[in-house]
Amino acid sequence: MQAFNKIFTKQETYVPFVAIVLGLLVGAIVMWLGGYNPWEAYGAMLNKIFGSKYDFGEAIRQVTPLIFTGLAVAFAFRAGLFNIGAEGQFITGMTAATWIGINLDLPWFIHMPLAVIVGGIAGALWAGIAGWLKASRGVNEVISTIMLNWIAYYLANYMVRVVMVESGQNRSKDIQETASASMDWLVSILDNARVHWGTLVAVLCAFVFYYILWRTRQGYELRASGFNPDAAHYAGINVKGSIVKAMMISGALAGLGGAFESLGVFKSMAVMNALPGYGFDGIAVSLLGGNNPFGIIFGGLLFGFLSYGSTGMSFEADVPNEIIRIVIGAVIFFVASHGIVKWFLKPFFRKRREERKEAA
Amino acid sequence: MDTIGLLLNTTLVFSTALILVALGGIFSERSGVVNIGLEGLMIIGAFSSAVFTYYGHEWGLGGASAWFGVLMSIVLGAAFSLLHAVATITFKANQVIIGVVINILALGLTVYLVKSLFNGSGQTENLSGIAFTKYNVPFLSDIPLIGDALFKAYPTTYLCYLLVFVSWYALYRTRFGLRLRSVGEHPGAADTVGISVTKYRYIGVLLSGALSGLGGATISLTTTYDFSHTTISGQGFIAIAAVIFGRWHPIGAAAAALFFGFTQALRFQAGLFDWSKSIPNEFLYMLPYVLTLLVLAIAAGKSRAPAAVGEPYDPSKR
Repeated sequence: MQAFNKIFTKQETYVPFVAIVLGLLVGAIVMWLGGYNPWEAYGAMLNKIFGSKYDFGEAIRQVTPLIFTGLAVAFAFRAGLFNIGAEGQFITGMTAATWIGINLDLPWFIHMPLAVIVGGIAGALWAGIAGWLKASRGVNEVISTIMLNWIAYYLANYMVRVVMVESGQNRSKDIQETASASMDWLVSILDNARVHWGTLVAVLCAFVFYYILWRTRQGYELRASGFNPDAAHYAGINVKGSIVKAMMISGALAGLGGAFESLGVFKSMAVMNALPGYGFDGIAVSLLGGNNPFGIIFGGLLFGFLSYGSTGMSFEADVPNEIIRIVIGAVIFFVASHGIVKWFLKPFFRKRREERKEAA
Repeated sequence: MDTIGLLLNTTLVFSTALILVALGGIFSERSGVVNIGLEGLMIIGAFSSAVFTYYGHEWGLGGASAWFGVLMSIVLGAAFSLLHAVATITFKANQVIIGVVINILALGLTVYLVKSLFNGSGQTENLSGIAFTKYNVPFLSDIPLIGDALFKAYPTTYLCYLLVFVSWYALYRTRFGLRLRSVGEHPGAADTVGISVTKYRYIGVLLSGALSGLGGATISLTTTYDFSHTTISGQGFIAIAAVIFGRWHPIGAAAAALFFGFTQALRFQAGLFDWSKSIPNEFLYMLPYVLTLLVLAIAAGKSRAPAAVGEPYDPSKR
């Protein structure tokens, strides 16, 4: 019991949970102020997620890209870099994988993996630009990745609208059957929910993430460069190389997420009219997960379920589904400013301390 | 108007918002607080001005409704930035993360409110006829070319250049400015001589909220005439780039913002020439971002950020 207590009094573990509660509370207050019924809305959300086999499968589909982008953001973060560009890397990965999926004729056991890998490489190269700019030119990666997001967005739209277009439509041609990453047997069990191999790959990536960072020399160098670049440099670590390497691995993770979104879910790419948002949500996921690969799986599940459930809120309870963006924003706000969370909890802790004093 | 006059004129229109927001960014960063949330604060401003100009007109404010919208965008922009200030200054949260949160919250909240206020519609009522119209400066606007380019602009544009000067004066010629900058360069030293780091950082962040709110307002009141989730798409980030490229100086940032405004104006003129007609739209839209990146790659190494920017101030580590 004591050990159990210890887990929950350690700041890193209880803060996210309190933050989630506070975030949902903020959402409820906003809904209440807007004249909606929060109970009904959250009920509709849960109903949407767990209501049917199809919905549950679709909710899992929603979770998958978030795990990828969450891992991407966290990997860069561990190396001291703030990768806001998971968005753009996701888009480049998706575009490259779709192109391979459409234009090559190969047996499935080569075609699908090749498309996935090319997607990952495209994401890595896109992030590598920001890494290189940071290492050699001193450009802040926050700014450069934001710019690269928009460049990727317009480039992808050009590719879809002109190069890969299905004539007369606002989307690309369908990818070949051989490039599909769907888990066909599970799709039929879950009433055609678009589940795909990407989910398993995402979980696998979490293990790879852990292995690289904490079990290899390179991972040690990446973390050291992030923790204290000057000390790392003095210790003979190639800090500039580490920056580029960390960005590329981060970008590869985001790119894989994009590849599976096309190969596993949509089987084509539509012309986008706004950034898809997975990269920005990835920041939220990685923060909630404490930049820990297994925490990220949990964070991805939470935010994926919330986002998917929010469509039920607008449909059943008539609440604009943007409310869930407010909840997600509030949750990260509270995770990031854990001082506020502690401030909220102060009365409880004081009570406990007094009780302890009385007992003694 | 001839092509060049028109090009310069639209440059002024597009750069107005960027200049205002960049000024806000300068005040915040000069006080030592990174503000990635400029985009979100712009969204709040664009939303407030669109909504309150509309309601101001409904309530019978007539010609003053647009100014009422501007006022509300400044007030609400500052109010929203308080969230950033409390979290990063009082509770010492990571400034970049809180900035991202501001962006997420602002977009979610405003679109939620628009849908609630306008019966599920994704955008506010159209404001043409109520929003700002261009004001021709007497006599000066009759000068060929220069008149077209500079003296047929929206009132907010003139206000913006006034504010560039005011900001420069405030930062470099007043006691307030010296203190604000000292807090961003060496908070420990400033604290030692009795300057409240907390107070000046709050002022810096709130000014960034007010100016970004105003910047957002100029977009919905002079360019789009309504507010939807795409009204502000990346301008806040370009403004941050303008701050860096302009070396954290009001006049430098204004020049950088003019350059970015010019790249945005170019895409509207591209249809006018035969050689540029064949360029796909996407590449024209991409242009501001590509140029920003190139410019940063060339200039970033030379510009120096305020020394204490990004770090919460902890008096015990003085």
